[in-house]
Parts: sequence; structure tokens; C-alpha cells
Amino acid sequence: MKIGAPKEIFEGEARVAMTPDSAVQLQKLGHDCVIEAGAGAAAGFSDAAYKAAGVEVVKTAAALWKAAEVVIKVRPPSETEAKRLVKGQTLISFFWPGQNEKLMELAKGKGANVIAMDMVPRISRAQKMDALSSMANIAGYRAVIEAGNNFGRFFTGQVTAAGKVPPAKVLVVGAGVAGLAAIGTSTSLGAITYAFDVRPEVAEQIESMGAEFVYLDFEEAAQDGAATGGYAAPSSPEFREKQLEKFRELAPEMDIVITTALIPGRDAPKLWTKDMVEAMKPGSVIVDLAAERGGNCDLTVPDEKIVTDNGVTIVGYTDFPSRMAAQASTLYSNNVRHMLSDLTPDKDGKIDHDMEDDVIRGATATFEGEITFPPPPPKVQAIAAQKKKPAAKELTREEKMAEEAAAFRKSTTSQVTLLAIGALLILVVGAYAPASFMQHFIVFVLSVFIGFQVIWGVSHSLHTPLMAVTNAISGIIILGALLQIGDSGWIVKILATISVLIATINIVGGFMVTRRMLQMFQKS
Amino acid sequence: MSFGIQTAAYIAASVLFILALGGLSNQEKAKRAVWYGIVGMAIAVFATILGPQVSISALLIVVLLIGAGIGVVVAQRVEMTGMPQLVAALHSFVGLAAVFIGLNSDITAHGFPTHAEQVIHEVEVFLGVFIGAVTFTGSIIAYGKLASRITGKALILPGRHIWNIMMVGVSFLLLLAYMNGVGSWTLYLMTLLAFVLGAHLVMAIGGADMPVVVSMLNSYSGWAAAATGFLLGNDLLIVTGALVGSSGAILSYIMCRAMNRHFLSVILGGFGGASGPAAEIEGEQIAIDAEGVAAALNDADSVVIIPGYGMAVAQAQQSVSELTRKLRAAGKQVRFAIHPVAGRLPGHMNVLLAEAKVPYDIVLEMDEINEDFPSTDVAIVIGSNDIVNPAAQEDPNSPIAGMPVLECWKAKQVFVSKRGQGTGYSGIENPLFYKENTRMFYGDAKASIDSLLPLIN
Repeated sequence: MKIGAPKEIFEGEARVAMTPDSAVQLQKLGHDCVIEAGAGAAAGFSDAAYKAAGVEVVKTAAALWKAAEVVIKVRPPSETEAKRLVKGQTLISFFWPGQNEKLMELAKGKGANVIAMDMVPRISRAQKMDALSSMANIAGYRAVIEAGNNFGRFFTGQVTAAGKVPPAKVLVVGAGVAGLAAIGTSTSLGAITYAFDVRPEVAEQIESMGAEFVYLDFEEAAQDGAATGGYAAPSSPEFREKQLEKFRELAPEMDIVITTALIPGRDAPKLWTKDMVEAMKPGSVIVDLAAERGGNCDLTVPDEKIVTDNGVTIVGYTDFPSRMAAQASTLYSNNVRHMLSDLTPDKDGKIDHDMEDDVIRGATATFEGEITFPPPPPKVQAIAAQKKKPAAKELTREEKMAEEAAAFRKSTTSQVTLLAIGALLILVVGAYAPASFMQHFIVFVLSVFIGFQVIWGVSHSLHTPLMAVTNAISGIIILGALLQIGDSGWIVKILATISVLIATINIVGGFMVTRRMLQMFQKS
Repeated sequence: MSFGIQTAAYIAASVLFILALGGLSNQEKAKRAVWYGIVGMAIAVFATILGPQVSISALLIVVLLIGAGIGVVVAQRVEMTGMPQLVAALHSFVGLAAVFIGLNSDITAHGFPTHAEQVIHEVEVFLGVFIGAVTFTGSIIAYGKLASRITGKALILPGRHIWNIMMVGVSFLLLLAYMNGVGSWTLYLMTLLAFVLGAHLVMAIGGADMPVVVSMLNSYSGWAAAATGFLLGNDLLIVTGALVGSSGAILSYIMCRAMNRHFLSVILGGFGGASGPAAEIEGEQIAIDAEGVAAALNDADSVVIIPGYGMAVAQAQQSVSELTRKLRAAGKQVRFAIHPVAGRLPGHMNVLLAEAKVPYDIVLEMDEINEDFPSTDVAIVIGSNDIVNPAAQEDPNSPIAGMPVLECWKAKQVFVSKRGQGTGYSGIENPLFYKENTRMFYGDAKASIDSLLPLIN
């Protein structure tokens, strides 16, 4: 199959769906690659680099759309582009089928198969194709960089000869992929980072990234992200009030606020209100990653950077991934490449559009002249449902001591009981057995004790040599055979001789092999 | 040599044996300790041969020399991966010797001063032969299983517990008959029964439980020696037998605790069935090639390698050692994590790694390394399965629930070298293979590691 990537025609879009690297991988799947001249230029991939990777470069978009059986793109196709689709052609790109019904109708009319990268279900198996996450990751990183760019101070606190610099305080609202990426970037730049999310189960992830989770004191059944495929769901008005109250309290302290809160299929929730912006210090920066969906901040203007009257910069760009075109193209082209490798299960260059496959089915918007959106829910749940964990009770000092004392009493009781039983048994034996036996018995019991004491100290790693050496010394049984070998009866003599023989093998073999093993243990 | 001097020699031998075992607390001391054992044994044997009860004959010397010769050859020939079989085979010798000595003692026994002494002697004979016989056939079956001469799968006969109890019960009845002077045939019949019992007991135990079985047989061989000591009134035999017996018992206990299983349930055989439906495993096993693994290793700062029985089967320890050497030369921290029941013998992995010249101070136990996994870049699992199964912690219905395992999935990346898809010895699905940070590196362990070597720089 011929896979082609046209130049993106959307204003300001610098990404490209195929990089020289991904082209090499696609060729390994048995496909041929074509690209429109100059398609990668904005992302830093020259036509020469593509040619070197074995990609055919065609001059015009029209020629490319004609040549390619599979067209891969970043942005949804424009109307002109969509009209170029032909029957049986496959288009892989972001498509937003929920919002682009007209486009979907058009593709259906043309008989093309459309795979929407934004519809890849969120299951573990499909993570390698999850372009939304890769883009969100970039957006989160870039958001911090943009904020830093517009923020007049250091992120990290410093004590210099010229005076002390306090560290910047960053609040990240919404700890999805973008939020976590922002947290990671911000903490690694040295800022004190706080993060908030309506899903309490992400607290652990937030803390693992080095940020502090902002807890709300709120008694409500906590949201379980598992039910919604790992996304947040709208919260109750009471919860929202509580949340805003917390933000209001934090606003004057924060230098940088990065909001990433989105609920699938809805406008962005308004979380950073006008009065909070007004409460912030001059020079503070807000980066609103939800700007495309209306913004989390009341004052956000999509695609623009504004400065409020009190000197707070609000960044509402919607093209963060495109601002890092080289990185974004690399990740996106890899996502697309993984999608294609799932579509080419035999690696023979033949596309098998398997509608039984959860991932491919989920991402397909139109197929063979039919609209297949929305897909049925995936068979596999994205995240295992949260198990309710009973909180471990914090023990006070007294309770701990009482517990220890109880444990000690218990072990004393069991030990004393064992000793009593042992003593009783020995008494019974002593009452009947002759004195000579009892003498041997003392030796036996003491030896068992010594054995227990000594063996506990043996190092784990020497257990095999221990077995070999105990094996060798249990060959001591040879003494018994030696005492019998001089007997006059021939049966006794034969049996004793065999015993001496095998016990000798045991002794010599056991010791030799132990020595061999121990010699091998070398210190570095 | 007078009786007094002989006893003194025996005391010296006992002390040396205790020192030999105690010295195994650390690798350097152990090298000295094994000499204590050898010297102790030499003293004991010579004191006995030169003692008043034994007359030196040509036959005796020849037999000793032949035995020693065979022992030397066996010890030098054995592959380190074959240690479990060898240990099991040697156990069977002790068992057989105990049986023979017991039978001999029955033949030569005559004239007891009191009835009580006669009873004690008869019980001792019976017990010595019984333990020896169980040890003998049990060890032979264990040898067969470990050497793959017979199938490693647990043989579960219907009503096997009843059969075992019946055999023990009949043996007890035969003891009563024997003590009442019915005749020596009761002893011989019991010996046969004990042979069957020993074989049956070990047949019912699956391959993954072999470490417990081997250490248990080790313990039995000690008790057999102790019983023989009582029989002959020889304190050195009693002391040594008791030392070995308790040593084996402790090892068995340690192994059982490492698997969170009850000693009895291991000994009685068969793997406990699941107590409920196993948790569904989501996701898929994602394969990776040598380039991918090598790239991750080249990027990593800290690497933990978790070897298992599969490494022994593939004889991959040399390749693993070479990989370790290269990674260490590149300035990376490489360590080994050893689960107490990895392999088929307690401490099996340590010996294999030592053979391949992996320094022992980077080979760590489970408890020492488990908390370091979250800060580890790459964990490589080579031929182990159940000991890295997260189901032990996450799935209360799993048959291995509660067993302490190596938490390798907490490492940033996990590579599993494995021959193919499929479950491990215990037949339990391993959710580790489906984790997001796990990649499956299919293929023979040795070939896989060898293919990595040229790619590490």
C-alpha cells in the first residue's frame, strides 16, 4: 500500500504526520511512502531527509492525494481535501467526528474509510496509538515553558550574592496527561508545585511527580475515574463551590496557574473566575490549556495572550503541540505508525481493516460507505475499578506498646506451652526407657537445639552449599556400617560393605562438591 | 586405640561439624568451615577404623578407596545446574545405608540384659529402617523429577491421603507384631511399605515445590542417621544426625515461608486449588526485540536481574554474567534479586551465578532489594514466573495469594525473557506480562542474552 502525507494546510499548523524515521518503520511493514514536497519543512524535516529515508516526494497535494491509498494527516481534512477522497481510500488523522458531522457525511459519500486518531479507545493495548495523550504531554510541557517565558522571575529559589530569590509557586488544575506533564516540567525547573484534580485517585500520581496534592475537605462519594474511561466527569454544585473557595484562597499566593481541566464532550468548566485573577499578584501568569473549548479561566481569549489591568498575563494559545512541531511530529507520526502496524497484522504491506478489533473499530468513523460513529463501548475497561481500601488506622504510642506487649505475651505463652509439652514427653520417655538410652537422648536433644541455633545464621545464598555439606556429614552413617563390616554373617557383611561404599561416595562427593561451589563465590 | 581416646575423637569431630555448619554464615568463612567438616569426618572415620570394635581388612580399604574414587569423579563431573539432582541422589545413599544398617542390626541382635532395652532396640531398628527407606525412595523419585527422567507434574492418585495413612498405620501394626517376637518378616514387609510410601509422597509433589522436598529429604537423611546412632549407641552419629536433621527442617521451613504455604500442604502434595475465580487480566503481552532491550539497557543507570529456573534450564548463566560485566564496565549499577525459592534447590541461583563468576556482593535477597525496585530503571526477568507474579499481592483468589514476591513491576521498565507465551510451573497466569511497563523478550534465554551482548556499549 502507498501511504502519503500531505502538507498541512491549516493556518499556522507546523506538524506533519510522517517523519523520515516513521517512514522507515512503515517501509518495514511492507508499505511505500510518499510525501508532498515541503510537508515537513515547518517541523524541521527537509525533503532531502525524506528522500534519504526512501520516501517518494511529489510536487503537489493533488498528486499526493491521487497517489496515496492511505492518507495520513494531523488536522481534520478541509472541505477541499475531503473532496479529494476516493472510494476505498483510507484517511488517518484527527477527525473529531462528534463535532464534524458534515465532514463525516462527505467522507461517507465518497466511500472512504476514515480512522480518527482522536477516537482511539483508552485501553492499555492502544496506548501506543493514543495521539491525544502524546499531544497533551507536549502541551503540558509547553504550557510551563510559555509560562516561564512570560514570567519575569526564576522558577527555582536561589540565595545569591545579590539577594534572595523566592521560588515560584505553580498551581496545576487538572492532572490528566497534560497536567502531569506540566507538573513534571514545573517541579524539574524547581518551582513549588501544587496540583488539583476532582479524581482523588490521581493524588498518588501527582505526589509521585513531586507536586503537592491540594485536598478538599469535602464529604461526597469521591469520583471514580474508572467509570468514565479515566476522564473526569462533571461534579456537583456543592463540590464546585468548595473547589472555587479553595482556589480563591490559593490565588493570591500563586505565581503561575496552569489549567487543564476538560470534560469530554462539554465546554471547559469555569474554574478560575475573574475575582481570582484580580486577586493574583502583578506579573503572574495563567496558561489556559482548555482555551480551545472556551477556557477554564473567565478572561481567556482563545489563541491570544492578554494582559489584564492588574498585570496578570493570560495565555490562551490553542496550538501548543504545533509550537513544538519537531517533537509533536515525531510522537504523532509514531502513533500513526503504530496504528498502521495494527492495520497491517502480517507485515506484508496489505491493510486489513479489521472491524472486530476493539481499537480499530473504536477509531473508525466511516467504513465502506457507512458511518460507524459512535462506536460501541469497548469490551475492555480502561482502568480497573477502584477498590475501596479501608484506611489503616494510625496507632497511638500506647496502642502500639499494648500491641507489642500482647504479641510478646502471646509468643511467651506459646513458647512455654511448647516447652511444657516437650518436658512432659521427655518425662514419659524417661519413666520407661533405660538409663543408657536417656544419656543418648540428652545428646540428641541438645544437638537438635544447637542445629537450630546454628542454621538460622546461615546466609541465604549459601543454602545449596549447606545442603551439600550436611549431605556429606550425614555420611557419618558410615560409622555404623564400619562397626558391622567385621561381622561373621555373610548377609550382614555384604550389606555393611555396600553401606560403607555408598556412604564413602556420599562423604567424599559431598565435601568435594561443596568445596567446588564455595570456590566459585567471588567478591567483586 | 582405647575407647576413651575414641570418644575424645568423636567429641572433636562433633565440634568440628558444628563449626562447619556455623561457618556457612558468610562466603569467606565458609571456605574455611568446609575444611573443619572434612577434618572432622576424617577424625571420626579413622577413630572408628582404628578403634577396638573394627578390624582392618583389605576389603575395607578397597571399598573405602572405590567409594572415594567414585565420589571424586561425581563431584568433579557434575554441572552446577545439575546440583539438585546430585543432592537428591546423595540423600538416597544415606537412606539406603540406614536401611541396611538397621536390617543388619536386626540380624546380629541378641541377648539384652533387660526387656526395656530390647524394646528400645526394636523400636530403634524399626524407626531407623522406616525413615531410611522413605528417604531412599523419596530421594530417588526426587532425583528422577529433577533430572527430568520422570514427569515433574504432581501425581494425584484418588484417595492418596488415605493410602498414606494406611501405609503408616500398617507399619505401626507391624512394629507391634515385631516387638512381640512375630519374626523378622514384619521388618522386611515394613521396609517395602516404607519404600512405596516414600515414592508416593514425593510423586505427589509438583516441580515448583521441589526446593522444599529436597530440603525435607535432607532433614530425613539426618534423622535416619540419628536413629542409627541410637541403634548403635553411638553419640557422634546422634549428634551429626540431629544437626543435619534440624538443618533440613529449618531449610524446609524457610522455603515454605517464602512461598507462604503451610509445610503440611507442601508435603501432602498437590497445589492448593484456587479459592475463587482468578481476576481477569487486561491488556496484551507486548513483544520486543533485542535492539529495544539493548537500547533501554544502554539508557539505564540501574539494572536488576531476576533469574529463575529457566536460566538454569537454558544454561544462560555465563551469558548473563557477561552481560553483567559489560553493563558494569559501562558504569551502570547491576544487581541480582534472588527469591528464596528460585530454582529447584535452596540457594540454587546463587551457586549458578557464582559459577559464572558473578560477584556475590551484587547478588541480593528478596528482602534486601524489594524496596529498591521503584528507583530501578530496568528489571530483567530471566526464566522466572511465579516469584515475580503480582497476583500474589493483588488477587486474593490467586493460588499463590500472600506469597512474598519480587516486586519487579515497580521498576520503570521490565523485560521478561521467556520461551513463549504460556503459564509457569504452577499454571497460574502472570499479570506482570500484561503490565504497561512490561515487554516480552521471547526466545531461549541464552540465545536472547547472547543477542544482546554485541548491542551493549
